[in-house]
Amino acid sequence: MSVLDTAASPAAPDHLLDVNDLVVHFPAGRQGPFGKTSFVHAVDGVSFRVRRGTTFGIVGESGSGKSTTALAVLRLAPITSGQVVFAGRDIADLSGSPLREMRKHLQIVFQDPFSALNPRRRAGDQIREPLDLLGIGSGSERDDRVRKLLAEVGLPPQAADLFPHQFSGGQRQRLCIARALAPEPDLIVCDEAVSALDVAIQAQILNLLKRLQRERRLTYMFISHDLGVVQQFCDEVAVMYLGKIVEQGSAAKLFTAPCHPYTWSLIAAAAPPGPVRDALKQRHLVKGDPPSPVDPPPGCRFVQRCPAAVDRCRQQLPSLDAIDPSHYVACHRASDLAETFIQIRS
Amino acid sequence: MTLLEVDSLNVSMRNAEGHLVSVIENLSFSVAHGQTTALVGESGCGKSMTALALMRLLPEDFVITSGRILLEGRDLLSLSAKEMRSLRGRAMSMIFQEPMTALNPLFTVGDQIAEVLRWHQGLGGSAARERAIALLRVVQIPAAEQRVDAYPHQLSGGMRQRVMIAMALAGRPKLLIADEPTTALDVTVQAQIFDLLAELQQETGAAVLLITHDLGAVAELADEILVLYAGRCIEAGVSADIVEAPRHPYTRGLLNCVPHFTLGRAPKPWVDLGEIPGMVPPLGARGADCAFLARCALAADICRSRPQPALDPIGPGHAVSCWREAGGTT
Ligand SMILES: Nc1ncnc2c1ncn2[C@@H]1O[C@H](COP(=O)(O)OP(=O)(O)OP(=O)(O)O)[C@@H](O)[C@H]1O
Ligand SMILES: Nc1ncnc2c1ncn2[C@@H]1O[C@H](COP(=O)(O)OP(=O)(O)O)[C@@H](O)[C@H]1O
Ligand code: SF4
Ligand code: SF4
Ligand SMILES: [Mg+2]
Ligand SMILES: [Mg+2]
Repeated sequence: MSVLDTAASPAAPDHLLDVNDLVVHFPAGRQGPFGKTSFVHAVDGVSFRVRRGTTFGIVGESGSGKSTTALAVLRLAPITSGQVVFAGRDIADLSGSPLREMRKHLQIVFQDPFSALNPRRRAGDQIREPLDLLGIGSGSERDDRVRKLLAEVGLPPQAADLFPHQFSGGQRQRLCIARALAPEPDLIVCDEAVSALDVAIQAQILNLLKRLQRERRLTYMFISHDLGVVQQFCDEVAVMYLGKIVEQGSAAKLFTAPCHPYTWSLIAAAAPPGPVRDALKQRHLVKGDPPSPVDPPPGCRFVQRCPAAVDRCRQQLPSLDAIDPSHYVACHRASDLAETFIQIRS
Repeated sequence: MTLLEVDSLNVSMRNAEGHLVSVIENLSFSVAHGQTTALVGESGCGKSMTALALMRLLPEDFVITSGRILLEGRDLLSLSAKEMRSLRGRAMSMIFQEPMTALNPLFTVGDQIAEVLRWHQGLGGSAARERAIALLRVVQIPAAEQRVDAYPHQLSGGMRQRVMIAMALAGRPKLLIADEPTTALDVTVQAQIFDLLAELQQETGAAVLLITHDLGAVAELADEILVLYAGRCIEAGVSADIVEAPRHPYTRGLLNCVPHFTLGRAPKPWVDLGEIPGMVPPLGARGADCAFLARCALAADICRSRPQPALDPIGPGHAVSCWREAGGTT
């Protein structure tokens, strides 16, 4: 049990994380020598809540802001505005030692295991590092814990003495997971954490993550582009497009009654081969480039590529509205499109 | 004539004690012009090392101990370092698994693509820049005109991988070795990149050696599939045969551990995925017997008392190395 449990507000005992209107803009030069500064709208007003012990999935195209959202939650990307309420406390403005204290409850496993590890330090030392930094346990307890963590992620004890380049990609990602587990966090962000792993190890790691979740009541933010994995692994799923959540719902809702045209495009790309997929691809798979995230125009972000766009979409940004208590969609045409989609499905 | 012919390739690594340990054992396969051959297997099975051996870019301590690699009849192992350099990028090029290690952090992506174009096609100045932008568009980089001036660290992981693909395409190679080219990409782009590879093949007649761990994902794309386990080819054949009627327990395991996306159906409560227990034996821990023995649910006495069976034909264009499958012989 974590000390944070007691800090949780009694009004929402269930929500470990509550993100409110999160904005992350990166400066991107000036428009001409005297012009105003341009900004990459990496995350542009994102709100969601994650219940303790559940998995919140984020899917979306490359550059849609999934990682930046997660990094901002972990306070590893600069927050332009918005709130990040973790265990009842807004951590968006924390600094110094309260921030360091908070960090051990929030861990991340990155997409690229190679750049996430220090090439000159032995594997065991890297797993031990958070324990040393946070002063957890005695020296021999830490060694013991390192061995246990290695075993938990399926590596032999000798692995502790090797350097990162002596491991294969999959083995390196296991090291990263062991390191993230070391300080016994409450929330782990898995940023494409299984995407670079081969399917056999991916299955082992997903099974492992589920077991750890059951045993320790861990909460996950799970970023992935693999809808097959997301559908089975996540309880709640948000679909991001150019810095915005365009659709969000329980995994059951989102994949049985998807509403947003972009969600349909993702589904068309992921559907199993066969005539159904061919038809879906033809109708829904978007082509071409996603537009630039630098100073996006008003209106729906998806308008340039949306097969269902109407005039209104160019002028007015659709808000993320509930179409039922566990399902939100940001599309002006959500209600009339729902019917077309139902026809296609049947 | 086949484009690439690999004949009994053996690659070893010199370990800390100075002993040679096997990395790739007796690997033979060929790739015809314009064909796609997939090399499939788990992490650590030697897929990348096979690719690097073909490119003659093996890391220090790794040596090709025997075998032949013929590209259009030319024995690559007899070429000088200089001859190999002029071949790379033009006759054969490679998309690396870890894009950050292959991109130079100090140059813009445009400069790096232009460099390849200058070297292989004599394109310079604005022509090279135009072509670099066109290539970035081909690989679906948003705002290509601006991103051509970006440094690698300013791009997301997915975009970096696409820059790598653009660079590999720049020299119009006859053989494109793609080491896990889409692992870091999202599904929409993954579908587009696979279409792109197919298009490139149509246009230039280039052959593709596609390296992946996801057997299901390449089934449609590949003409032939080789399944590698612990440095040994344990099953090979025509793509449809391998996917529809896999014979080796390892190949079956690979097909069973993938969570498949199901349309219009609520997900079932979590049931652990079918996993292949254990892991690939590390280098130096691979005996003479079946390398899959320790993880195999079908292992029997015969597997323990005999060495790894030969890769035996079991039908037209289908071969397997397993004692429990028809045809297992030494
Ligand atoms: N430090 C930075 N400076 C400027 N722009 C940035 C920075 N970090 C990210 N971006 C931009 O912000 C946008 C979102 O990036 P992010 O890495 O979060 O995307 P992503 O969805 O995780 O993509 P991928 O799946 O490819 O990793 C992209 O357009 C990216 O180029
Ligand atoms: N530089 C290295 N030093 C020692 N072992 C290595 C090195 N690079 C790779 N290996 C080992 O070589 C084997 C094959 O690796 P690799 O070809 O990278 O596999 P794959 O590409 O299938 O993941 C693995 O057992 C791996 O641990
Ligand atoms: S608001 Fe308009 S452009 Fe945006 S997704 Fe809906 S229909 Fe398409
Ligand atoms: S030879 Fe025996 S141990 Fe090896 S894969 Fe076949 S059944 Fe399994
Ligand atoms: Mg990312
Ligand atoms: Mg590899």
